[in-house]
Amino acid sequence: MGESGVGRLGRVIGELMGTLGTGQVITDRQRRRTYECDGLSAYRVVPGVVVLARTAADVVTTVRACARHGVPFVARGSGTGLSGGALPHAEGVLVVLSQLRAVREADVDNQRAVVEPGVINLQLTAATSPDGYYFAPDPSSQSVCSIGGNVAENSGGAHCLKYGFTTNHVTGLDLVTPGGEQVEIGGKAPDPPGYDLLGALVGSEGTLGVVTAATVRLTRLPQEVRTLLAAFRTMDDAGAATSAIIAAGVIPAAIEMMDALAIEAAEAAVHCGYPAGAGAVLVIELDGPAPDVAGEFDDVVRLCETAGAFEVRVAADDAERALIWKGRKSAFAAVGRISPDYIVQDGVIPRTALPQVLRQIAELGERAGVRVANVFHAGDGNLHPLVLFDGGVPGAVDRAEEVAGGILDLCLEHGGSITGEHGVGADKAKHMPRMFTPDDLDTMQAVRCAFDPEGIANPGKVFPTPRLCGERPGRHRGAHPLAESGVAEVF
Amino acid sequence: MTDADRLADALRPHGGEVRTAGPADAVDGVPATVVARPVTTDGVAAVLREATAQGLVTVARGGATALDWGAPPERVDLLLDTTGLDRLVEHGAGDLVVVAEAGLPVAELLGHVAGAAQELVVDLPPDRLAGGSTVGGALSTGASGPRRLQRGALRDLVLGATVVLADGTVATAGGTVVKNVAGYDLAKLLTGAYGTLGVVVRAAFRLHPVRPDRAFGVAAGPAADVAARARSVVASQLAPAAVEIDRPAGSDVAEVAVLLEGAGAAVGRRAAEAAGLLDGRVQDEPPAWWGALPGGPGTLAKATATLTGVADLLAAARAAEQRHGAGVALRGTAAGVLHALVTGTPGATAGAVGRLRGAAPSPREGTVTVLRASREVRAALDVWGPVGGLDLMRAVKRQLDPGRNLAPGRFVGGI
Repeated sequence: MGESGVGRLGRVIGELMGTLGTGQVITDRQRRRTYECDGLSAYRVVPGVVVLARTAADVVTTVRACARHGVPFVARGSGTGLSGGALPHAEGVLVVLSQLRAVREADVDNQRAVVEPGVINLQLTAATSPDGYYFAPDPSSQSVCSIGGNVAENSGGAHCLKYGFTTNHVTGLDLVTPGGEQVEIGGKAPDPPGYDLLGALVGSEGTLGVVTAATVRLTRLPQEVRTLLAAFRTMDDAGAATSAIIAAGVIPAAIEMMDALAIEAAEAAVHCGYPAGAGAVLVIELDGPAPDVAGEFDDVVRLCETAGAFEVRVAADDAERALIWKGRKSAFAAVGRISPDYIVQDGVIPRTALPQVLRQIAELGERAGVRVANVFHAGDGNLHPLVLFDGGVPGAVDRAEEVAGGILDLCLEHGGSITGEHGVGADKAKHMPRMFTPDDLDTMQAVRCAFDPEGIANPGKVFPTPRLCGERPGRHRGAHPLAESGVAEVF
Repeated sequence: MTDADRLADALRPHGGEVRTAGPADAVDGVPATVVARPVTTDGVAAVLREATAQGLVTVARGGATALDWGAPPERVDLLLDTTGLDRLVEHGAGDLVVVAEAGLPVAELLGHVAGAAQELVVDLPPDRLAGGSTVGGALSTGASGPRRLQRGALRDLVLGATVVLADGTVATAGGTVVKNVAGYDLAKLLTGAYGTLGVVVRAAFRLHPVRPDRAFGVAAGPAADVAARARSVVASQLAPAAVEIDRPAGSDVAEVAVLLEGAGAAVGRRAAEAAGLLDGRVQDEPPAWWGALPGGPGTLAKATATLTGVADLLAAARAAEQRHGAGVALRGTAAGVLHALVTGTPGATAGAVGRLRGAAPSPREGTVTVLRASREVRAALDVWGPVGGLDLMRAVKRQLDPGRNLAPGRFVGGI
């Protein structure tokens, strides 16, 4: 101990200034401030120092310096995360990876690409689609978010219902451990021998090290894509249509739902021309071999109409498809048109609980006098309620946060999760004990200790209370928080 | 010294039984001392806590269909029989999710969810399925079958797991919904860990709707041709559910079979297209070898490859036979996960495994690990081959099982 955090950071800065290139180590406070938050701007911390890594070697140099002096580091890609996962540390190093942006190899014969962490998600698709391939995980920020960030957060997207999440698309990682060792895990071949470290690393939110290259699957572009927009009078009808589609054994590439308020916002922002009078719309996309898609598409249209759809629009071409998606994809930003401020919540419920949970969310909002717009991945029960408020009104933030927190309670009551794709980060670490027991969290942290015994990799994220790696886990033999409240039996 | 009475005392409040082990309880030739068969998670925790306090080595056993996979454990003081935990906890048909206890036979799970026209796409080999392979066993051995090509391996289907650590700690990771990124995905870490990190007592999986119709495209020919044609189907837009290759030992000819799944006439049309790419024919039923591991006595190994490397693996099998006098049967998915049955003397087997390993330019492009082998063969070769990240794996083991109480010696690097 002894030396202060600032003192240790000073040593790291001194070493890095001497080793890295000119302009790679940013100490100027104004410039550091530009990195004070990621996509969740409610949390802001000016990083102690910013390192702009240009090579994997720069990352190794930086992490080793941090390890030598016990200084925390936080890796950052494009900074689009919505849970504060890349929130900097005031006495730590922010390692910016966005200049590591080479697609090292697009090996379409083997349906793999090797990319550096700063490569933008959509760029990989752009690079491989001329050959008939794409990178399947498609978070809505895909035109700006980095694949390194996708790996850290295990990003999903509208199409993960059928194609899975980032974790299902990573076959190899080059990792710089928090101790500064370079380790190659997996590669182009599936199933590397030993423990499934890739499974542990993807979605670990930068707490197990820094990835300097990822080998990912390339997915064959489907022969046919068909998209429809179905308008319903009520959310219940739209929910019933979703259930009917799943029950029919169809797994669409995507089923997205928006409620009236979300539609209103999207109309105001992008004039997407969704049917007037809709209480809910579904955007449904089917893809695959042409004959199969044609058959399933007819089934889906019929099921929507049976469930009460009063209008079904089918995209005739790419332009019409883009228009249908425009409303959905702009929805988050669009609520800015109807509310000065809003919180984007991310929770998961079993899809079958959808109608009930949506009613409960509406009641929650009414009781608090807070408007909630709903946009979500209906196929897999991943809710994105947008809790609207005016930060200028005294008490409004608190009421909005209460509603946002209440929505997570609803998710847990129904056996769901506090996050489906945005991650825990800094924002939801405090909620983890509502979903997991102390033993669950201790066990996860034991794994963390295997990678990061000094606790310097993105500290303060994911876990509400850090665990010292020397100590034996505390034996808390209390009941599970959910079991105790009679909500669920211990899973 | 195993104190069976104290183990029985620990288990008593939770039900289940403790008995003296017999010859049938040996694990890959290593005799066990005591067998405990708990019926609840708390029972597993109680008996493990006591066993570890006694300094015992515990090995978990489900249906014992792959108990001889992985290296033999250093010793077996306590055999933990998980078949008493056999409840199907929950089948959320509308949510396409199933939660089951570890000792539930996979066949029973499949039978249950089939009632809702759903399935767990694990594709266990038929003999393991019929032999009572359990949920925990399938998970712990990282089972892999034909339809992983499109729907992923078991590690891609597992949504959450509850594990009992050596010290009796009960921990859950993941959940019971298909989409969830809260906390570390320890369920994947436990998948394929051969019970060396903890005893899995419960797991949740994503299910798929059973597609009502299916058809196969099949062809046979020289191995290199077959590999190339298989790859053309994988690279097509036909969305094949599986593309399997079978190369019998000593043969210059290999077979390829493509599974198309879907609804209605569209499936047949795709099968015809696939058969066209294969220069083969369409049939309603799979070939007899479909989904099975290459059978018979010998050394069973798992070989991985890139899509293009599958051809090199097939060539290496032929070369190994000619060069080392071994027999090498290869079968598995064109996605690059195959099983090899190698026959011959320990020296010939070691030579053949080395030759298969050499088919890939580096372990990033393919690996060979020996699953089942005699002591003589194990002594003659490197069972695991190079393992990337072994130090991290050892560190994980130290954290979760610091006393090496769970199946020590069974896994990579002597873990």
